[in-house]
Amino acid sequence: MKNNLNPTLPASITCPACGMLCDDLVLTSTAPLSIKNACAKSITFFEQSFHSSNSNTAPSVSGKATDLETAIKAAAAILAKSKAPLIAGLGTEVQGMRSIMRLAAASNAALDHMHSESSVRNTLTMQNGGWLTTTLSEVKNRADLILAIGTDIGNSHPRFFEKLVWDSASLFDKPSPEVVYLGVSAEKTKSATSPEGKLASTVGDDPTQVPEIVNALNALLINKKINAETVGGVAVSALQALVEKLKAAKYAVVVWSASSFKFSHAELTIQSIVQLVNQLNETTRAAGLPLNSGDGDSSVNNTSTWLSGYPTRNRFVNGKPEYDNYHFSTKKQLQNSDALLWVSTFNSISAPQTALPTIVIGHPDTKLDRTPDVFIPVGIPGVDHAGSMFRMDSSITLPLKKLRDNELPNLSEVINRIEAELA
Amino acid sequence: MITLLKNGRLYDPAHNKNGVVEDIYIYQGRIVPKPLDNAKISQTYDLSGKVVMAGAIDMHSHIGGGKVNIARMMLPEYQQKQMQEIKNLSEPEAHICTPYCSHHATPTATDTGFRYIEMGYTAAFEPAISPINARQAHLEMGDTPMIDKGGYAMLGNDDYFLRMLTAKKDQKAINDYVAWILHATQTIGIKVVNPGGISAFKFNQRRLNLDENHQHYQVSPREVLQSLSRAVHELGIAKPLHVHCNNLGAAGNFETTLNTMTASNGLPMHLTHIQFHSYGTEGDKKFSSAAAQIAEAINKNKNITADVGQILFNQTVTASGDSMMQHLNAKHANPKKSVIMDIECDAGCGVLPFKYRDQNYVNALQWAIGLEIFLSVEDPWRIFLTTDHPNGAPFTSYPHLIRLLMDKSFRNEAFAKLNLDAQSMSNLTSLDREYSLYDIAIMTRAGASKLIGMNDRGHLGVGANADITVYTDQENREAMFAKPDYVFKNGELVVKDGAVVKVVWGATHTAKPAFDIGVEKELKEYFDRYQTIGLDNFKISDAEIFDDGRGSVVVNKN
Repeated sequence: MKNNLNPTLPASITCPACGMLCDDLVLTSTAPLSIKNACAKSITFFEQSFHSSNSNTAPSVSGKATDLETAIKAAAAILAKSKAPLIAGLGTEVQGMRSIMRLAAASNAALDHMHSESSVRNTLTMQNGGWLTTTLSEVKNRADLILAIGTDIGNSHPRFFEKLVWDSASLFDKPSPEVVYLGVSAEKTKSATSPEGKLASTVGDDPTQVPEIVNALNALLINKKINAETVGGVAVSALQALVEKLKAAKYAVVVWSASSFKFSHAELTIQSIVQLVNQLNETTRAAGLPLNSGDGDSSVNNTSTWLSGYPTRNRFVNGKPEYDNYHFSTKKQLQNSDALLWVSTFNSISAPQTALPTIVIGHPDTKLDRTPDVFIPVGIPGVDHAGSMFRMDSSITLPLKKLRDNELPNLSEVINRIEAELA
Repeated sequence: MITLLKNGRLYDPAHNKNGVVEDIYIYQGRIVPKPLDNAKISQTYDLSGKVVMAGAIDMHSHIGGGKVNIARMMLPEYQQKQMQEIKNLSEPEAHICTPYCSHHATPTATDTGFRYIEMGYTAAFEPAISPINARQAHLEMGDTPMIDKGGYAMLGNDDYFLRMLTAKKDQKAINDYVAWILHATQTIGIKVVNPGGISAFKFNQRRLNLDENHQHYQVSPREVLQSLSRAVHELGIAKPLHVHCNNLGAAGNFETTLNTMTASNGLPMHLTHIQFHSYGTEGDKKFSSAAAQIAEAINKNKNITADVGQILFNQTVTASGDSMMQHLNAKHANPKKSVIMDIECDAGCGVLPFKYRDQNYVNALQWAIGLEIFLSVEDPWRIFLTTDHPNGAPFTSYPHLIRLLMDKSFRNEAFAKLNLDAQSMSNLTSLDREYSLYDIAIMTRAGASKLIGMNDRGHLGVGANADITVYTDQENREAMFAKPDYVFKNGELVVKDGAVVKVVWGATHTAKPAFDIGVEKELKEYFDRYQTIGLDNFKISDAEIFDDGRGSVVVNKN
């Protein structure tokens, strides 16, 4: 297929590969790939994106290549027949999600994002008691202590330390913050080692002990005595020392990633983290920073919320939105729905195994474990077409840019045409 | 194609028309002079006996811009309840409901547009767009159908501006920055929330008074107000600086508010949701009404305008940029939860649900204070009808509020249901004033369009955009204003008998004063060095607003 790099490449591009949404990348060549300010994740993303130009870009119905019009009609026929379809995956940005919301309302669909197993834990916490959080520029300019709880930040958000911690440019003349990992194995803390060789501190290294340790920190913070030598394998004296550090900090930032909590009811631990932050704010300043999982999760939840009143794990019944972050999960809805529309445009993530009539709209490289009834390859946002995307902290929305011309339609166009067929 | 609205009773304060029976001709979306006798009239509406006003304009309503989306996300249980019991409010709350009251505090973007137009409102302005979050605000407003919209950009807690003040940059440099912000964020006015205070909270200051210094920048809120009100004035935009004073909600804050009125040195300034800033410390409970002092000061200081931010009794949610005061007030949240954010060395936010109860002393008095202010400010051109949606009450309560203003016996009946201690601390029943239809038309139409600077909105003169609302004159003003007979948007009939008959998309109103683009050189360096996005991505292009094929950008000139 044609892979014409835009003759007038934008001066800088926005990278949708993780929730940091770095917008200072400069693309100079696609073969071989050459990008300034790229991280491991962005190189993988753009390599896959530009490689995708070599794959088959024709839509298919029951595994047979066909034209777009036929595929759209076939997709619409499945949805028209369905009483309660599930639209899942939802790997898209704001513009794509706007179209999906209209289709969902028109087809009485349930909506769930592929990473909601993680994001729902944060949403539940926020809905239970709220939270006090911060954003990336505040972290960069203000943080004097970063406490990473159970999360390998460097792996999920590779430029976090380079951009927000080691960069000496700060508005308020503060020293580079100390980084403390809690419940993270030593191996995974290496990405926080500064260019000068300054290591991150660690408190405990067993992620499964995080719930117990955070509760102990809360107790110590309000001067409760702990009648034990160790909690979760960590000496109470070490926890007390961490509490003193947090209290002494002018702006401690507590970072967690719901997806790295591999224990059940992790929302209770996130609530404990929020409680810790709230208590610190009685005397000093501190804030939380939940990391996201990616594939447009922040964009999808925000867009869904202003259009339906609810974040995902919602559905439409007779055009009216409903919300249930337990029952409307992909896993449960695969039992209750009668058709699946799977969307994944940033990455080639395959649809879950199901016997339901299945439409897959996504990345041209999408692995089709089982031949779906309809497959429509679409452009990659931020590569093949423009878009708008929410950063992990939800306070910033950035434009994604079009980097090349090709014949792939974009998701909105396909979804709008399916919706038009339904009308 | 000419449309004729025949024999309506016009309330058009911009042209001193107080119930004058006249015809209106509409051609290509605008009001036009009476055409020649042989011109073909394609459609005629007989409005004999009907009340005709321009479409109403809400000059302060949180309809987009992040905070309300946080509220929606945080309060799914509230919305589910709303869905089920949408018109079913239990007594003895003093808010007496009609079937038209939906009480939805956090409508979706779509519902926001529908509920506004159904009440005859044709424009609403989001008053708190943090510049760094402006793209989201425009995305949400872009999904809000039926009405025109626009916003005010928040400055005065952003590091860049406070740094300029500390460095004693000259006024021209400040003006260029303010103008650049208006362009970059596609807004029509400038707001300041708790001047300096949101930033001070990030440095662990918990309160900031008007003449107290921000500990890091060593500048006071008064200096922030002086600088920004002058910038807005010198740039020549219509909308005066929109000020949410320091000490929101605190007993005794009326003194801050009175002092704030002097901070612009006589230049125009708008004090928003002033009800929340009119509290004294008298009485056993150390919380009292200072409405009389505030109203007297507004009457005296002709450079000051204000909107009320009336509270009405029910569950709602407060969404504010004022992270400092919202953090302080979080203990009063009901249900008990709150989202507080520090945002990008630029702004903050605090979202907490709130339930105003008529048997709660403070809430009951807040209700009375708002009405006392409405009734004691003499000039309806300088006071505006708002509930600070959703902070005091959802905007869908406006018809009820209008009835409270227009109908003394209705008002006194509601007052008699309040907490008795609160009744004893209010002079509301001694205020006999009843607003007229003409007064309402000033507050919600002519005054609002003049304040914001939209020359072709808010009136029924030749050349005006044909945004027109037609009501049946009813004694029950709540029923009357809840359900207009007709609403025309850009000359098209979009609402009939209170229900939408055609979906249309309004424009986004902006002001774009001239400035020296050289201001971008330093800003670019600042963004590259300290911010986490590039300068180019901070700016919102016109295309981002109209690219979806629905939106458009109107640049209002003065």
